[in-house]
Amino acid sequence: MADGPLIPRNREIHPPAYDVDYKTSVVRSPRQPLLSMESTPSEETGPVFGHDLIGPWDNNLILNHTQGEAPAVGERILVHGRVLDETARPVPGTLIEAWQANAGGRYRHVKDGYLAPLDPNFGGCGRTLTDDDGYYEFLTIRPGAYPWPNRANDWRPMHIHFSVFGASFGQRLITQMYFEGDPLIDRCPIVATIKDRSQIDRLVAPLDMAKARPLDFLAYKFDIVLRGRRQTMFENKPEGM
Amino acid sequence: MVQKLDTLQETPSQTAGPYVHIGCIPSFAGVEGIYPEDLGKRAIEEGASGEDITITGSVYDGTGWALRDAMIESWQPDASGKFPGQPGADPKVSGFARFAADGDTGEFTLRTVKPGPVPARGGMQAPHIALWITARGINTGLQTRIYFDDEDNAGDPILSRIEQAHRRDTLIARRSGAGTYRFDIRLQGDGETVFLDL
Repeated sequence: MADGPLIPRNREIHPPAYDVDYKTSVVRSPRQPLLSMESTPSEETGPVFGHDLIGPWDNNLILNHTQGEAPAVGERILVHGRVLDETARPVPGTLIEAWQANAGGRYRHVKDGYLAPLDPNFGGCGRTLTDDDGYYEFLTIRPGAYPWPNRANDWRPMHIHFSVFGASFGQRLITQMYFEGDPLIDRCPIVATIKDRSQIDRLVAPLDMAKARPLDFLAYKFDIVLRGRRQTMFENKPEGM
Repeated sequence: MVQKLDTLQETPSQTAGPYVHIGCIPSFAGVEGIYPEDLGKRAIEEGASGEDITITGSVYDGTGWALRDAMIESWQPDASGKFPGQPGADPKVSGFARFAADGDTGEFTLRTVKPGPVPARGGMQAPHIALWITARGINTGLQTRIYFDDEDNAGDPILSRIEQAHRRDTLIARRSGAGTYRFDIRLQGDGETVFLDL
């Protein structure tokens, strides 16, 4: 079987560009339809990142800001899971980047002025490569919820941002992971940009006691699915490739 | 009942938010010392073959305001049209860059080499750089492309598919000087950029 074009994105599962309750989207949403076409080599290739990119502390957000000197404040958690594609194959060696607020709900960013304090031992970003089975782990602290300017009293549920590359530029995905049981999930207009409840559930990581380490950390599982390539024995190859 | 399909569904997208830089361009957010340098800091190393070019522009919202928080990624082949990893590709071309709209002016800059033409199923594509745009308020990353006004774009299969010929111009960078181009992205309204679903 050969890899064909990328499977067309099913836009039904993704949030529409325009959502009046997420106010910023109102002026940042294209009004013209997207131009839908079959993928080309520009989308079917992508950057490859090797293990030489990844430092020893990169996937440990508790310790990476101080390079092992002092731990961040907060509830210690392991976030783990697998990256698969739509054909249910693991995506090995792919770069995952994560970023998040600290335990008080404050980001280490020049533009974040929330009154919760910065943690001197917490930077808020990490990265890792999936292993041969598409598996990854991050050690971090549970981020706090925080208020944001939208409607008069909107709060973001606890969440971790994920950026995943896959093997080709057309698979690029950024999303957010939420935590099982957080009552703010159902009140968040950004979560609610996704219109299908069953799709929202796919972003909510369950508590995973089988991966929790006694007297050390709790664990949450978050699997990610990227676009796949059509598999066929009848593939037309791009000219000259 | 019918048989069950074995395919999975893609994970739904969520906005990258205003703090995307922390994860993707940490030094821009003021986060230093975790990584030796930001990923995608340059698309090319010194000595890459081809024409050195610098593309500047802004991402405008529907009111004409240049976004200060956009993050853009670019992906392209080398000057001969080969992508990194393909046989004969220029080792000085990483092909991947990340750049942010300036926090004060909203302007972005991409320094790279002019890419070569790339094959597609059923024809050749004119030289172009693929872009992926994220920001607060963008719920799913937006795909578009940079073509060049000093290249032959006539046979390009993507540009040819844009029904309203004047909208093709939204994907074409304008040469503004020796090796410099202007490419603005308009998310909405007059001159709205053609966004792609490839």
